[in-house]
Amino acid sequence: MSKKKSFLAIELQIRVKPDHSGVVTDGVKHSMNPFCEIAVEEAVKLKEKKLMKEVVVVSCGPQQSQETIRTALAMGADRGIHVEVSGKDYETLGPLQVSKILAALAKKEDAQLIILGKQAIDDDCNQTGQMTAALLDWPQGTFASEVSLEKDGIKVVREIDGGLETIKISTPAVLTADLRLNTPRYATLPNIMKAKKKKIANVKPADLGVDLTSRLEVLRVDEPPQRQAGMKVETVDDLVSKLKDAGKV
Amino acid sequence: MTKVTCIRALTAVQAERGAPQLYTAVTRRTCSSVTAPRITTHYTIRPRDKDPRWEGVEMERFADQADVVIVGGGPAGLSAAIRLKQLANEHQKELRVCLVEKAPQMGAHTLSGACLEPSALTELFPDWKERGAPLNTPVTEDVFNIFTKNHRIPVPILPGLPMQNHGNYLVRLGNFVRWLGEQAEELGVELYPGYAAAEVLFHEDGSVKGVATNDVGIAKDGSPKDVFERGMELHAKVTLFGEGCHGHLAKQLYKQFNLRENCEPQTYAIGLKELWMIDEKKWKPGRTEHSVGWPLDRHTYGGSFLYHLNEGEPLVALGFVVGLDYTNPYLSPFREFQRWKHHPFVAATLEGGQRIAYGARALNEGGFQSIPKLTFPGGLLIGCSPGFMNVPKIKGTHTAMKSGILAAEAIFPKVTAEEADSETAGLHVPEYAESLKSSWVWKELHSVRNIRPSFHNPLGLYGGMIYTGIFYWILRGKEPWTLKHRGLDAHQLKPAKECTPIEYPKPDGKISFDLLSSVALSGTNHEGDQPPHLTLKDDSVPVARNLAVYDGPEQRFCPAGVYEYVPVETGDGMRLQINAQNCVHCKTCDIKDPSQNINWVVPEGGGGPAYNGM
Repeated sequence: MSKKKSFLAIELQIRVKPDHSGVVTDGVKHSMNPFCEIAVEEAVKLKEKKLMKEVVVVSCGPQQSQETIRTALAMGADRGIHVEVSGKDYETLGPLQVSKILAALAKKEDAQLIILGKQAIDDDCNQTGQMTAALLDWPQGTFASEVSLEKDGIKVVREIDGGLETIKISTPAVLTADLRLNTPRYATLPNIMKAKKKKIANVKPADLGVDLTSRLEVLRVDEPPQRQAGMKVETVDDLVSKLKDAGKV
Repeated sequence: MTKVTCIRALTAVQAERGAPQLYTAVTRRTCSSVTAPRITTHYTIRPRDKDPRWEGVEMERFADQADVVIVGGGPAGLSAAIRLKQLANEHQKELRVCLVEKAPQMGAHTLSGACLEPSALTELFPDWKERGAPLNTPVTEDVFNIFTKNHRIPVPILPGLPMQNHGNYLVRLGNFVRWLGEQAEELGVELYPGYAAAEVLFHEDGSVKGVATNDVGIAKDGSPKDVFERGMELHAKVTLFGEGCHGHLAKQLYKQFNLRENCEPQTYAIGLKELWMIDEKKWKPGRTEHSVGWPLDRHTYGGSFLYHLNEGEPLVALGFVVGLDYTNPYLSPFREFQRWKHHPFVAATLEGGQRIAYGARALNEGGFQSIPKLTFPGGLLIGCSPGFMNVPKIKGTHTAMKSGILAAEAIFPKVTAEEADSETAGLHVPEYAESLKSSWVWKELHSVRNIRPSFHNPLGLYGGMIYTGIFYWILRGKEPWTLKHRGLDAHQLKPAKECTPIEYPKPDGKISFDLLSSVALSGTNHEGDQPPHLTLKDDSVPVARNLAVYDGPEQRFCPAGVYEYVPVETGDGMRLQINAQNCVHCKTCDIKDPSQNINWVVPEGGGGPAYNGM
């Protein structure tokens, strides 16, 4: 099972809403989260190597999440599950609710492996994978840059601050994909056309017994402060006196 | 956000590896005092069948059959698709209509003023209001000024003048196109945004068979990557080409079928546009302002628009149009636009506001005289591609939509007929051109045909306005003569040494801005590791001719900073650097290059600007 998220495309200039409650999303170009693309690619590769039987992609969100699911189906996934979350619920949807949904779906679908992107590049939370594993009480291989299925478990090479860490975990497990795991394939037009025939099931969070109330409240969203012009100084003494003036020294 | 930069750094590194090796390899091989630059790597200039890197690569394409294929998801293409499906449902016939569009979502490459005349829309959907068409701003006041540097001369808009807008709507055309896309999908049209039509396909008998979409996964140096995949072939009984102004496939079709032998060359303008959130106190929803004059001199055609939209927030759409028949290679349409905003009348509206979007697109100015032959075996041309813009009104959307509707009505009986009534495998539908000639589109374009060419007189702008007053307003365009255009826009530039450089003011960062921060607001991006889609027929011409004779005008007319002349790394001299990733698909370079050496081809689908309701 593979989870992907649709979010605002990376090259856009994001605008904060006038009431500072969030960012403007109406009509703005949405794309699949790059790490999720890598996750889908890895799942499809495992199926092509005949190590997995079926790839199911899941997306939680409003109607337009279906397009992201279609792209994943065009990349090679077998079927999709669209968990309908819209309006106010969607604005407050966070990692905890998503991981509850995924945990419920994993049990329902009897999944052996859950692969997610390590984080979404709009909120940078990096929590969903880990929370899902905890809720299911499954082992987790996060920041994966290499995954190999072996007879006695999954060997995962993880990207960590100090370098690379290799671990072995048992199945069922949760993996989160990091940048160097693979290069995702293009969703070509013939595959998009074929994907139209693949099934996408619609599910509501209530059907899974998941309560979407958020325990977080966004108080305010602000743009980063405008960069102030820097100052050039001629000598070191000048620098020290300016720092003293500014109260920094 | 560190994660974004880490992805971009990775792709930048992958891209850079190719280029320096190629450059030194070429210089070693040529060993002369003049190093032949190697800029273009695209397969349309460097064919793959003789390229050793492509040996053994699977080039077979998957093909699919539709009844009608439409290239381009703009107002014309979508109107044609919708009309076809409406007819199919009416007559209870099965009809497979496929539409390909290079933008990642419908409307993302659409840019226009825009002041829409709802005539064609009402023909297509009499109930457009109930369906939620985003025509939210009826025009409430019409203002026309001749600007001087610090003042303005108001010109009364008398009823009957082309600039009169009563009954029209100010729209965000991108949102309108998105709405049209939704209507089309509901009717069963197969829409494929993110896939560009890259090649026209032909039957054995020379008629058009359909199109093929772009290949993906070709590296910047032209070699195949691991993820290389061929595009797909879409075959159809008839193919409609609605690529918008100066389409690249249309360019090929003109040559292939000699469609321009009896018409004048098309002439163009470039339109640059910004969206601003202004101070609420200055917001007057429905107010439509147009100006001519400053900062352009009376011999350079152009003008501005400023529209106050009424969509719940104090948003104005404003922009500047410059005719591409300008003669001074030092002219920069972008910088004219930026300095125009400082005119007291305009700055007053913008002060205290914030710019939120930017973009640019070429538009047609040839009108009636430049309409080519519209049909050929297997296909036909619709919309701004052949060009039905009413230049003095600066409106082309209503005529584009009508051409799409007429095309659909002409081809419907032919594609649903039991027996194909055609000499060629691809259907020829000359009935489309006939019905267009007897429609209001033809009458409208005929009546305004002499206004734009009348500009070419010793009094320039003022002569044009006098001509319009007499012959259009009073005589309704019924004069028996038809004035000619001056020829190809590309041939109008004078050599740089005969012209004076223009001193443009520095952008102040509040009302006027620099080019690169503007390009960032267009949201444009392309997969970095692909051959530049701005291809050169001859890589040595830019420095040898464009720079030497015209001081590199492409550095100034490109609204996205794609072209830069930079010093070579070793030795003296300059070279042309093409920043293809910045391209906003406006087509101005293909039009205005004085050497006609630049050939714009379509990049990987999904790339390009990400306009939101422009």
